[in-house]
Amino acid sequence: MDAEAQSNSHLIDIDDVSLRYGVGEGSTLALAGTSFQVSEGEFISLVGPSGCGKSTIVKLVSGLMPVTGGRLTVDGQPVTGPLSIVGIAFQNPVMLPWLSTLDNVLLPLKIVRPHRDHFRQRKEEFRDRARALLKVVGLDGFEQKFPWQLSGGMRQRASLCRALIHEPRLLLLDEPFASLDAFTREELWGVLQDLWLEKKPTIIMITHELREAVYLSDKVYVMSARPGRILYERDVRFDRPRPLEITFDDAFVEVAQDLRQYIQLGRNETSAEAGP
Amino acid sequence: MSTGPLVKTKPAEKADEFAPQEGLFSERNLRRASPYLFTLFLFVVWELGCLAFDVAEYVLPRPTQFFEILLTRAPDLWGHSVQTLYTTVLGFALGVVTGVIIGIAVGSSKLVYAAAYPLLVGFNSIPKVAIVPILVIWFGIGTVPAVITSLVISLFPVVANVATGLATTQAELEDILRALGASKWDTLVHVGLPSSLPYFFASLKISISLAFVGTVVSETIAANTGIGSMMIVASSNFDVPLVFAGLVILAVMGVALYAVFAVLEQRMTFWAQTRPDEMG
Repeated sequence: MDAEAQSNSHLIDIDDVSLRYGVGEGSTLALAGTSFQVSEGEFISLVGPSGCGKSTIVKLVSGLMPVTGGRLTVDGQPVTGPLSIVGIAFQNPVMLPWLSTLDNVLLPLKIVRPHRDHFRQRKEEFRDRARALLKVVGLDGFEQKFPWQLSGGMRQRASLCRALIHEPRLLLLDEPFASLDAFTREELWGVLQDLWLEKKPTIIMITHELREAVYLSDKVYVMSARPGRILYERDVRFDRPRPLEITFDDAFVEVAQDLRQYIQLGRNETSAEAGP
Repeated sequence: MSTGPLVKTKPAEKADEFAPQEGLFSERNLRRASPYLFTLFLFVVWELGCLAFDVAEYVLPRPTQFFEILLTRAPDLWGHSVQTLYTTVLGFALGVVTGVIIGIAVGSSKLVYAAAYPLLVGFNSIPKVAIVPILVIWFGIGTVPAVITSLVISLFPVVANVATGLATTQAELEDILRALGASKWDTLVHVGLPSSLPYFFASLKISISLAFVGTVVSETIAANTGIGSMMIVASSNFDVPLVFAGLVILAVMGVALYAVFAVLEQRMTFWAQTRPDEMG
């Protein structure tokens, strides 16, 4: 792991960030005083009880929502809106039902600058790139199928391809495998690890699966119950590429157990709603 | 045995795997023929009923009587039909274009929605027959008031459906585009408009039928040609079979245009039809 070597060049700097949904009486504090940094090329996971504001972090970092307190910078700049260096995959792999799988994967290239400006001229090149990505995730032969002709796992694979097609420097994954069965999920862990090792984008993954977090990440952050903040961080230093069998090793289980304790702690913490 | 009419499957793939496919009287052929057979059956009942109870022609003519008129006076009826069809389609087309524009404005801006929607509902509640006299004052009698009446009457369903389609676009679909830095216009073009197509095509089927109503209403009040005007003249002459012939023509044209838009809808929004999941 060379994360340390780059530690002074954080791609993402989250400093005492808070977020409140709504205003006045009915408002909820989703995040309170959350701080952490992510280096370029690092793969980190956020785990925690449901409703702890994990997904909120994705929305903040992607620029879909502004912070209501603290400082959030990506690549040295405060986040004020959506960023073109970001790719996102959500838990629910929403795809446009009127487009083929290939066209769904190509969608970001029609939107994101500078790609959209020469989409027509470089269409064939882009299509080849999309086909290559679909092949990596095992979807070759399904390019012309429509989303409703794919299974849930296949849609999630396609959604990963869509998040990666414009070669984002920062990939945000919001519980990407939560709706899949255990076997498909483990298979996609391998796919994601390969994709990451190849291009080395910075990845923030939200999950509530401890094995998933430990297997894939360089670092795992445990969050407390709402209002969310970082309770604990743990480096994971197994060699890459990690074989799936590693998840049964004592060292691996030890890390997962360690994290589990803190999640338990986060759940039990009766965090009084800090309302106004 | 039968696949219920409500369960739509993709054509040619799974339809009726278990039904006997061959033979003139297969279940599929029977289902296809049933609308024609049923209509024929009703006309036969009507005919026999009139004969049995000796109903006078000027009260309720028998189907054979007004179908005879359809044949004998075909050239005359043809001219009126073309006029009505032309007026209807023109008014409908203008209504759809206007409706889409207003619908996009109302559906994509909360401010426009708040400002304009109550007015639209109020306008829609006015019986369209009440505006024909005003149109006559402005434009005289004939084609223009009929076109405008059918425009106005076919407008509202399109506006309401396009606006609803845009307003109910899945937020997650929009998030995907927003996260990529898409402008409002991008989101409208790539997500909003395509996803409201099913609503739009559903409204076309309603609007085309309403457009006929608009044309005929206007023709009965202020025109010298068209099926509506012909029926008014015929009824003042107590030529009841001719009135019924007019009704038949209107019904046939209505069904035909409805069918055109139903087929178009199928073609354009195949992806939105309910279907059993094809894969696990």
